[in-house]
Amino acid sequence: MSEGKKTQKDMMEEQMKQFYSFVESMKKSMGLPMVPDMKTGQALWVDQREVTLKFIISIDKIKEFFNALADGKLLGTKCKKCGEVFFPPQKDCPKCMDSEVEWIELSKEGTLLTFTQINVKPYSFAHYDDYIVGIARLPEGVNVTAWIREKDPSKLKIGMKLKLEIVKREPENYYTYEWVPVE
Amino acid sequence: MGENVAIVGVGHTKFGVRNDVNMPELAWEAIKQALMDAGLEQKDIEYVVVSNAGGWSSEPLPAVVIAEYSGLAPKGTVRVEAACASGSAAVKLAHDIVASGHVDIAMAVGIEKMNESPTPTVVEFIGRAGNYFWEFHNFGLTFPGYYALYATAYMDKYGATEEDLCKVAVKSHYYGARNPKAQFQKEITVEKCMASRYIAWPLKLFDCSPITDGATAVIVANEKVAKELTDTPVWIAGIGHATGTSNLSKRTTFTSLEAGTLAAELAYKKAGIDMDDPTKVIDVAEVHDCFTIAEILAYEDLRFAKRGEGVKLVREEQTYIGGKIPVNLSGGLKAKGHPIGATGEGMIAELTNQLRNKVEKDRQAPIKNGYALAHNIGGTGHYAYITILSLSKPRR
Repeated sequence: MSEGKKTQKDMMEEQMKQFYSFVESMKKSMGLPMVPDMKTGQALWVDQREVTLKFIISIDKIKEFFNALADGKLLGTKCKKCGEVFFPPQKDCPKCMDSEVEWIELSKEGTLLTFTQINVKPYSFAHYDDYIVGIARLPEGVNVTAWIREKDPSKLKIGMKLKLEIVKREPENYYTYEWVPVE
Repeated sequence: MGENVAIVGVGHTKFGVRNDVNMPELAWEAIKQALMDAGLEQKDIEYVVVSNAGGWSSEPLPAVVIAEYSGLAPKGTVRVEAACASGSAAVKLAHDIVASGHVDIAMAVGIEKMNESPTPTVVEFIGRAGNYFWEFHNFGLTFPGYYALYATAYMDKYGATEEDLCKVAVKSHYYGARNPKAQFQKEITVEKCMASRYIAWPLKLFDCSPITDGATAVIVANEKVAKELTDTPVWIAGIGHATGTSNLSKRTTFTSLEAGTLAAELAYKKAGIDMDDPTKVIDVAEVHDCFTIAEILAYEDLRFAKRGEGVKLVREEQTYIGGKIPVNLSGGLKAKGHPIGATGEGMIAELTNQLRNKVEKDRQAPIKNGYALAHNIGGTGHYAYITILSLSKPRR
């Protein structure tokens, strides 16, 4: 994140703040959260209830994956019967109909399959600068989606080699993984 | 198998920012049109399937809210979700309920009111429509971002350019300008598209479909009822469906949508259409061009072009009227608009009117064989539904 520069989130929030202060002034004069559409003048009611979505997700069957991240390792799973490797890791093999699935450490080398740069960001990512997302193939035959540590998409090339690093995502401060171009 | 099923009535509202109406008012516009088109009343409709993705709109039970407002209650209803393909899923279910003999007449209603939330919220919700935990939560992909991954791979493999993608947008706007129901009714140039800002590199603003409010409705009936109601029933000749992986990382290719390819094969098989060159039989198609790259992938997944040659159809303008196969004469998702849950019925309503020779003259396809195809993708090849319509009664 760049210091002192306005992020998309700052701009979104400024815009919403302006809008809601307009709603408040309308409420004060009319006693109703009723505003005209800026373009057409059509009457709009502004919701007086608000909900925040923040999910609590069960990860108990795959908690080894997250514990290993903290140790700098990327894990996948492998079915003991058919040998299929899973990433993201899963503890059930639907083909063999059972849970004889073991943890394996994955190599942190990848070949870039495709990539994009996210310029218009979702609200919950709007505090970051534009970021590049790529999908790369590991020698184990599974693919990993992650951010690529590069600012300029024209410097990347499909087929190039990448290495995976376990990093702390800031400012949220939690472990995740990131692709880094190999010089 | 089961009974033959025909479309006997369709409705399609003006797409766009529809702040003039709330959700049930908007749905009623389409339902009313469809009832009048079919010459039916609410009491004749025995079951209603409502497609709506939702999240960004206030009513969590849209099927019930709409059934009450439109006088369709107390008939049974359900809401279905197949992301951007929800509408085709609703038509499939309405079709199946009639084909099974369970009811004589059913209705599919598509509704989306995306402008009830500010744009950043909508971008957030659509970005989550893939695999939330593994792909969105950490890496913040957006809907344009998912398709941009395909664009990068396709351009790299086949030498397509950003200008080529813009040519798709130019065609969409050309026909959108001729469709009074389209959100965008102005033509654009390649230069204008090329000058627009990046949304998800290499996709720019004019490569992307907009945020849209809209409602659509399709009434289906069995053969006996259809023949009583109309001289030109539009038969559902075949439906194909398939599902892709939720994690894009689990895909084996980024130059085609596997679900779209599989659904096409299934639909052609059911409709008895020769897969070697379906353009010989199909007079007109609506394909899922949520982004320009998606239209090119669709040409190839549908076998309108060989792998890598979809972009040639664009360069040679083969998908305008008069070309190899006219595609998206409505303006497509790109210019007509993309109200997620209403898009599928919208494609099928448009093609019903194309087959009836009832659309605006300057965007009417010549109807020779009487076949039309709707290609509706949910998410980024997460869901795929392909519906083939025909003026001739399916052979059983």
